Amino acid sequence: MEERKILLETKELTKYFKTKHGNLHAVDGINLSLPQGTTLGVVGESGCGKSTLGRTILKLIEPTSGQIIFDGEDITKLSPNQMKRVRANMQIIFQDPYSSIDPRKSVAQSIAEPLEIAHIYSNKADLNKKIKELMDTVGLAQRLYDSYPHELDGGRRQRIGIARALALNPKLIICDEPVSALDVSIQAQILNLLMDLQESLGLTYMFITHDLSVVKHISDEIMVMYMGRCIEKTNSKELFENPTHPYTKALLSSIPIPDSSMRKKKLEVIRGEVTSPIEPKPCCRFAARCPYATDKCRAQEPALEKISDGHFVACFLSQE
Amino acid sequence: MSKEFINISAADNGPILEIKDLNVIYKTDVEVVHAVNGISLSLEKGETIGLVGETGAGKTTTALAILQLLPERTGRITEGSIRFLDREITEMSEKELELVRGNMISMIFQDPMTSLNPVLRIDEQIGEAVMIHNPEMSKAQINDRVEEVLGLVGIPASRKNEYPHQFSGGMKQRVVIAIALSCNPMLLIADEPTTALDVTIQAQVLALIEELQEKQDTSMIMITHDLGVVASTCDKVGIMYAGELVEFGTLEDIFDSEKHHPYTSGLFNAIPDLTVETKRLNAIDGLMPDPTMLPEGCAFAPRCHECMEICRKQKPGYYQEGGHSIKCFLYVEQKQEENV
Repeated sequence: MEERKILLETKELTKYFKTKHGNLHAVDGINLSLPQGTTLGVVGESGCGKSTLGRTILKLIEPTSGQIIFDGEDITKLSPNQMKRVRANMQIIFQDPYSSIDPRKSVAQSIAEPLEIAHIYSNKADLNKKIKELMDTVGLAQRLYDSYPHELDGGRRQRIGIARALALNPKLIICDEPVSALDVSIQAQILNLLMDLQESLGLTYMFITHDLSVVKHISDEIMVMYMGRCIEKTNSKELFENPTHPYTKALLSSIPIPDSSMRKKKLEVIRGEVTSPIEPKPCCRFAARCPYATDKCRAQEPALEKISDGHFVACFLSQE
Repeated sequence: MSKEFINISAADNGPILEIKDLNVIYKTDVEVVHAVNGISLSLEKGETIGLVGETGAGKTTTALAILQLLPERTGRITEGSIRFLDREITEMSEKELELVRGNMISMIFQDPMTSLNPVLRIDEQIGEAVMIHNPEMSKAQINDRVEEVLGLVGIPASRKNEYPHQFSGGMKQRVVIAIALSCNPMLLIADEPTTALDVTIQAQVLALIEELQEKQDTSMIMITHDLGVVASTCDKVGIMYAGELVEFGTLEDIFDSEKHHPYTSGLFNAIPDLTVETKRLNAIDGLMPDPTMLPEGCAFAPRCHECMEICRKQKPGYYQEGGHSIKCFLYVEQKQEENV
């Protein structure tokens, strides 16, 4: 594969939220670089900071520290006004198509909104033409032009969300759990659409999800997050063939596989729940639930280190 | 305890629950929604049946019909019978139903975030169920029982005075399970019990449900859209589509047999497989039909790749092979040809 241009890069990106009891470490020192035209999957359970990471990159949330470099430009310090220009190139698709679309706007009005905000078309006819083009691209029938969201099912609503994200021809789209609210047969339709669009428009995706089977299909690289930290990062194939961090292994083994031999097997269960991300102790954040934790894990936090070509893990066990 | 109106020992020599040709509609001023259309199934003691299907397939409606909890003004059973042990549920009085609900049949609802009362402590919520069904118990006895069921679901008794917001999602679902189990029900209906939970917590809750079921020999109906959950918990599986049971059989029939309803095959193909490398997913084109205007023939015909002429005109019957039944002309036809 030829060397691709890096579209998005973050350096030690950190977001702390202030709470009564101290700082909540939502995103803690994340380094990533995303080549153009590829997909980075970000996986983790609720509260691991994956959505906050996505929103911080778009600067919908101001980062506490660190750097975001988008398309060669450091956007960390840009003002909201300056961000307007950049945002045309970075869009987001939200999780819940039931609440992320204005119920009082028709399909056409919803899709027109980003185009109107960016003042792209001065002429109504051109705008309508673009809206119809976008509806075609995402597979929404023209007859739905004047329909309202309540008349549509979840899959079609999510197509509106995708059309809105595509409207300004962005380079990067952050997909925040775009299919988790949908049924499996519809989920497959939307995932296929996203993959087709990537191919035809050369889009770059950051795909945030809790569903490993979804992320496997769509991603080139996968990053596993736990309590604001990246604990394992590698290409999709390697992650599933050779998961190394105990948490990644646990995540993979907790997925119930649709196979009749599962009935006799016991699901592998990891104990406990995610511990509090407020002022976490300086130790491995997974240590409290980890079946292999040693005293060293409880005293010191492991750094993300390379264990093989392109495979990074933050665990003392795999680094030894 | 007044459980005498029902013969509990009937479970020893017959199914614990038997549904025959159940039809449920939701009727409003403007339209009639055909939510469940002719479902039949029976459940033996200690057995788990999985009901699988997508949003709107009629899974939850079936569960609500069993408990007679359909919305009073719109929901109605138009046809069919639901027998629990030796009694007909559809003919029970409200008084009798109260003795059944939460006591002999209980339900775990989907979303633990909304199915608990946020202003009551969890011991009050669990105790409420115990108290209603066991009016003779003293406060101390009820308290003992609350602590006992909390122990069963793995919540330390020291947390019984806490409110729901103090628990995480997985712990809340444990509280909901504790309420459902507080009266040792014979039948447990779990409506998407783990859909709102993370995978590692889902694994914990599924393991817990299975362990408790084994201990108490409870029968269970597991409603889910996740075939993985079915594979790890169910003995028999029913695939629902547009209010019909399009395929029914043992776990092996559904997962390993060569013959399937085209919808079942579509459902399996649509799941992203962790073990196989493919670039595209096999989506089922189109959408489930509008339940206010079901097609004349087979409900799946408009989305089916193997649709024949007859499918659009007539409703298929069941093709039977042992306990495995498939509601599709593909096989019904075949059998007729063999007979000729």
